Formats: sequence, C-alpha cells, structure tokens
Amino acid sequence: MTTEEFHPKHALIRDERFPNVWCPGCGLGILLQSYLNAVEKSGIPLDQQVLVSGIGCTARLPGYAKFDSYHTTHGRAIPFATGMKIANPELKVTVVSGDGDLFNIGGNHFIHAARRNMDLVVICSNNFNYGMTGGQHGSTTPLTSRSASTPYGNVEPTFNLPYLASALGASYVSRWTVMHPRQLAKSIRMAMETKGFAFIEVLSPCPPNFGKFNGFGDGFEEMEFYRSKSTVQNDARLEDVSIDPFHGKPVVLGDFVNRKRPSYIMLENELVRKAMGVKK
Amino acid sequence: MLKEPKISDDQREIWREPINYEKFFKPRGEVHIIPERCKECNYCTNYCPKDVLERSPTVNSHGYHPVRVRPGKEDSCVACGMCQTICPDFAIFIREVQT
Repeated sequence: MTTEEFHPKHALIRDERFPNVWCPGCGLGILLQSYLNAVEKSGIPLDQQVLVSGIGCTARLPGYAKFDSYHTTHGRAIPFATGMKIANPELKVTVVSGDGDLFNIGGNHFIHAARRNMDLVVICSNNFNYGMTGGQHGSTTPLTSRSASTPYGNVEPTFNLPYLASALGASYVSRWTVMHPRQLAKSIRMAMETKGFAFIEVLSPCPPNFGKFNGFGDGFEEMEFYRSKSTVQNDARLEDVSIDPFHGKPVVLGDFVNRKRPSYIMLENELVRKAMGVKK
Repeated sequence: MLKEPKISDDQREIWREPINYEKFFKPRGEVHIIPERCKECNYCTNYCPKDVLERSPTVNSHGYHPVRVRPGKEDSCVACGMCQTICPDFAIFIREVQT
C-alpha cells in the first residue's frame, strides 16, 4: 500500500541497480532471494561471504549482492573461486552460474573441483539452453525438446548433473526448482555448512527462449509444468534422475547426497602441519 | 491445461466454525509494493493464498502494469510471506501488523 519504504533485504542488495536486468518471469531473482535468505540464516559474517560467477544471465546475479562479488571469464568461475579459497580459507566462497557456463564451457573445471572435494558451494541455474545468446541448445537440453538451433527437436541425450557430481565424490548434492524457494534456501544453508564440495542444481525457466520454443506462454506456466511433474525423493537412485519431463518422466528433486569426505583444505592443512613437524 | 482452477474465498470459508476458533491467532499483514520494480510476471498473483493481489490498470515507467492490492481486500492478508519469497524483482514485501 505504501511505497516509500525499504525492502527487508535492503541491507544485502544493491538497491540502486534495481529493477534487475532479467526478463519478466525469469526465476533468477527467486534464486537470488533464496540465496540471500540462506546468507541471513547461516550466521556467517558478510565480510566472509564471496559470490563468484562466470558469464551468462545467471552470472549477472552477484552484481546485485551487497558484499564481495566477482564476475569472471567464461567458464572459469570455479578456478577463480578455488584460488580464492586456497589463498584465504576463512572465506565462504559460493559459485553461482548457469548450465552453459559451468558444464559446457567450464565442464572440466567442475569435474576437477568435485574430484578434489574443494570447499566450495556451486549453484547451477539450469534453464536447458543458452539463454543470453538466443536459446541455442546445449548439453542440458532434454531429449526431443526444441530450441533455436534444434527446431525439430534435440537428438542428444542430456546431462544428469546430480549423478555426475555424486560420482565425482561431492559432499553435498541436491536439486530444486525456483518454485521451491524455501527448500532451496534451506538447501543452500546446508551446503554452506558442508565441509567439501557442495553442488545444487536449480531448475529455472527461460520464458523468451526455451519456454517459447516448447509451447509455454510465460515463465510461470513453464515453472508450473515442472512443479506439477516434480516429486521429492531424497534417496532416489541418481542414475534415474535425468530430466525428461516431456515424456511423462517425473522431475526428481531433493537432497540426494550428504556425506563426510576429507576436503581439500583439511588435507592441505594436515600436510602443512606434517611437513613443518608440528605434533598434533 | 496446466493451471488448476482458482478457488474463490467463498469456497474456502469454513462451513462449521470450530468451537475453539477464537483461541487461534490469525496474523494480519500489510502489503508494501515498489511499483517501479514490478515486471508483471504474475508469480505473486498466482501464489497468494488469499487472492489479495491483482494487476493494476496504471503503468510504471518501464511500461508494465504493477500489482496492487485488490480493492476491498485490504484486510485479507495473513502475512504468509509467499509473495515476498517468490518475487523475482524484490518489488513486494509484507510487514506483519500487530493487532
């Protein structure tokens, strides 16, 4: 009713940059909101929080957070974050980027960060195409779905991201959609508490590209479709959770993996202590 | 085909009032909208459980019709905060009113 007041997240966002650049109906604002909720709840001081991104629509997200945030080169967000974490292990480094940035251009960096169990939180916003460049298909486009470069349907099988991350030994793996903002915020908070590599896949709409090519009127309609197909199964077999909602297969969500494995920083500290001859 | 039919407030009303109905605290919220940020994505209008919000006929400087409180529903908000959580543009928030 009244307008001349500040948003409750005023202290965490750069107000002067709003309204944000994303299309009407885009879910990235909800991801930002959920992330900020998790930051508030985690209790980690703001000067220890760092947000790193690559290139793409999702990579604009750190520009709206009012703490240290970095917009790095295409696909190289994880190497940048790895260097930052090794240089100052006190920091809580979060990488947020799109599926094209993290898995098509920067796929190898993801693999090796997960193998090392690097102490990072990686949030991948998956909208099934290259949204910023006009909706071309990528490695996460579901089979037979349409995009700008596959107008008769995609013939490539899609990536199964939670299975990939789990197989490489990530400590925490989960998947939510932006229609589950509270579960997503809780998941990000749990990922921040995890020692080791934490990976969260977030399904997000792309109303002017992927949504339009596949017959969805707006972002809300696309997200309602995924939400209506979704089931929450925390103990799902990860071989079976690849996304194929257009053939009646459910979209499986949940906190799939939460395990304890020695992380890179722990092993490194141990090695340094041993090399310097410090007794435990 | 995807959208479920909307349930009106009349259908939601309790048919028979529980005997301890008075004991339950019913929170009340005040809706605050920043019209310049709204992009009429309709997330909040679809998600409001009390159907409080609607698109206004006025236009903001970007050409979108921002949401407004439906006339006559000023006291219906129960401060669930769903619109605030789901808004991608940080354009709407709820302050709980102490009654």
